[in-house]
Amino acid sequence: MDSELRELYQQVILDHNKSPRNFKKLENANFEAEGYNPLCGDRIDIFLVVEDDIIKDISFQGSGCAISKASASLMTHMLKGKSRKEAEELFVKFHDLITGKLGDNPSLDELGKLAVFAGVKEFPARVKCASLAWHTMHSALNKEEKVISTE
Amino acid sequence: MKSGIINKTIYDVDKIRKDFPILESMIHGKPLCYLDNAATTQKPKSVIASDVNYYTHLNSNIHRGVHSLSEAATKAYEDARIRVQKFINASSEKEIIFTRGTTESINLVAQTLGRSILKEGDEIIISTMEHHSNIVPWQLIAAEKKAKIKIIPIIDKGDLILDEYRKLLSPKTKIVSVVYVSNSLGTINDVETIISLAHKQNIPVLLDAAQAVNHLPVDVQKLDCDFLAFSGHKLYGPTGIGVLYGKSHYLESMPPYQGGGDMISKVTFEETTFNSLPYKFEAGTSNIAGTIGLGAAIDYVNTIGINNIAAYEHKLLEYATEELLKINGLRIIGQSDNKCSLISFVLDNIHPHDVGTFLDFEGIAIRTGHHCTQPLMDRFGVPATSRASFGLYNTKYEVDILAAGIKKIIEVFK
Repeated sequence: MDSELRELYQQVILDHNKSPRNFKKLENANFEAEGYNPLCGDRIDIFLVVEDDIIKDISFQGSGCAISKASASLMTHMLKGKSRKEAEELFVKFHDLITGKLGDNPSLDELGKLAVFAGVKEFPARVKCASLAWHTMHSALNKEEKVISTE
Repeated sequence: MKSGIINKTIYDVDKIRKDFPILESMIHGKPLCYLDNAATTQKPKSVIASDVNYYTHLNSNIHRGVHSLSEAATKAYEDARIRVQKFINASSEKEIIFTRGTTESINLVAQTLGRSILKEGDEIIISTMEHHSNIVPWQLIAAEKKAKIKIIPIIDKGDLILDEYRKLLSPKTKIVSVVYVSNSLGTINDVETIISLAHKQNIPVLLDAAQAVNHLPVDVQKLDCDFLAFSGHKLYGPTGIGVLYGKSHYLESMPPYQGGGDMISKVTFEETTFNSLPYKFEAGTSNIAGTIGLGAAIDYVNTIGINNIAAYEHKLLEYATEELLKINGLRIIGQSDNKCSLISFVLDNIHPHDVGTFLDFEGIAIRTGHHCTQPLMDRFGVPATSRASFGLYNTKYEVDILAAGIKKIIEVFK
């Protein structure tokens, strides 16, 4: 496989695509939102249980490409136990990562496993795939009632 | 590269490929394998040269000047109209209106004929397999006039159910607008039957022929369609130029689409008299270079012969269908017995966008997504498909590259 392509489709991403974590509906969710990417028809639902400003539980459902599914899966993995503020901050950092705003040698400590998405910056058309779950999470936490879109 | 399927003396695809400079491109270090012809086709040297020639030797405004350049440009522009007329066998060049493309052609009919004849409760018939450009223009005018849109359903194979169409036709039906060849499924619709059934009740029929004119011989008099819309860029011509064919008695009766220069014969502040056909529908300075380029594209297609192209592409479609169906986990969406040279497919557990990105690294350009036919995707219960669409320069060898590329993706996603 081409190195740029391997960088995009890292094994972690392929694994999460095949067996997504937290792929279910949370019946007791107190925050939820639906995200939609009109370009490719990807649709995602994010469910959150937030208590005392802490994300106690988070899950997702929907259909999409490997990048969007793996991104949603890893996001739910990363955000469990984080405060709302920390979640929002991580979103900003993640978005900077995939749009190449962190430069060539970013410090990836805070990003943890999310660093596998560094390859997305070489594929501008796929930024929306990687960010759909995060936009939807943001929308859910801010209780925007409408279906949000990455457009 | 391996040569064509048909006898070389009849169809020399290697020679044809040399006419298209872009086909020599390398993508990610691999030779370009361009299989996105339903989105747009590549341009032969003669079309590119036409553009350069126009801006080098002819550029001036048409229909106005008395100077030599303006006369030469006007002649080249009107010659292109005659080429289009002959290409689709319209009875007069006055029935050929130049537009920006298929989309504008359909909007023109919806906004002029639609606006003047539709009343509350009237119905417009379209089909399940329409491109958004043959849905939204009708929705806009239907909302304004409180008219309704009725949809011809399809079977799983991808053919329209004409018995249902028969039932939809009624005195309330004012316009039928259907796609000739589906951009998502490849189905060639039985438009002759659709037209003759509508005509029994004097209902005009518009054909969206965007995916037809580059694959099939189209004769508007034989078809007896009332309107036919297509784009230059899918016929190996430039972007931004399209055609609306309309029977003259309809075009005469329709109000103008846009107002401006060139579409008038006399203007006072009190009243304006509109120009005759076809100029009544061509307000403002047209895409002159693009129109002349479309003429060059038609000349190019004619030198190969549309019947030869159709026969060659059909062989290619048969080969591609056979090869792709050998791949485990691949399903073809759209399996009509009467198809043009495109294949929409889905792979088990692999999203079309991932397919598109992987194939790009093999040099293969295909389209992935809903192809501007979201209602059709809903009908098949898929969010998107991958679509390989073939043109007059594609080869069996490229089909092999595509099949190999797909097998590689399946391996990675195992």
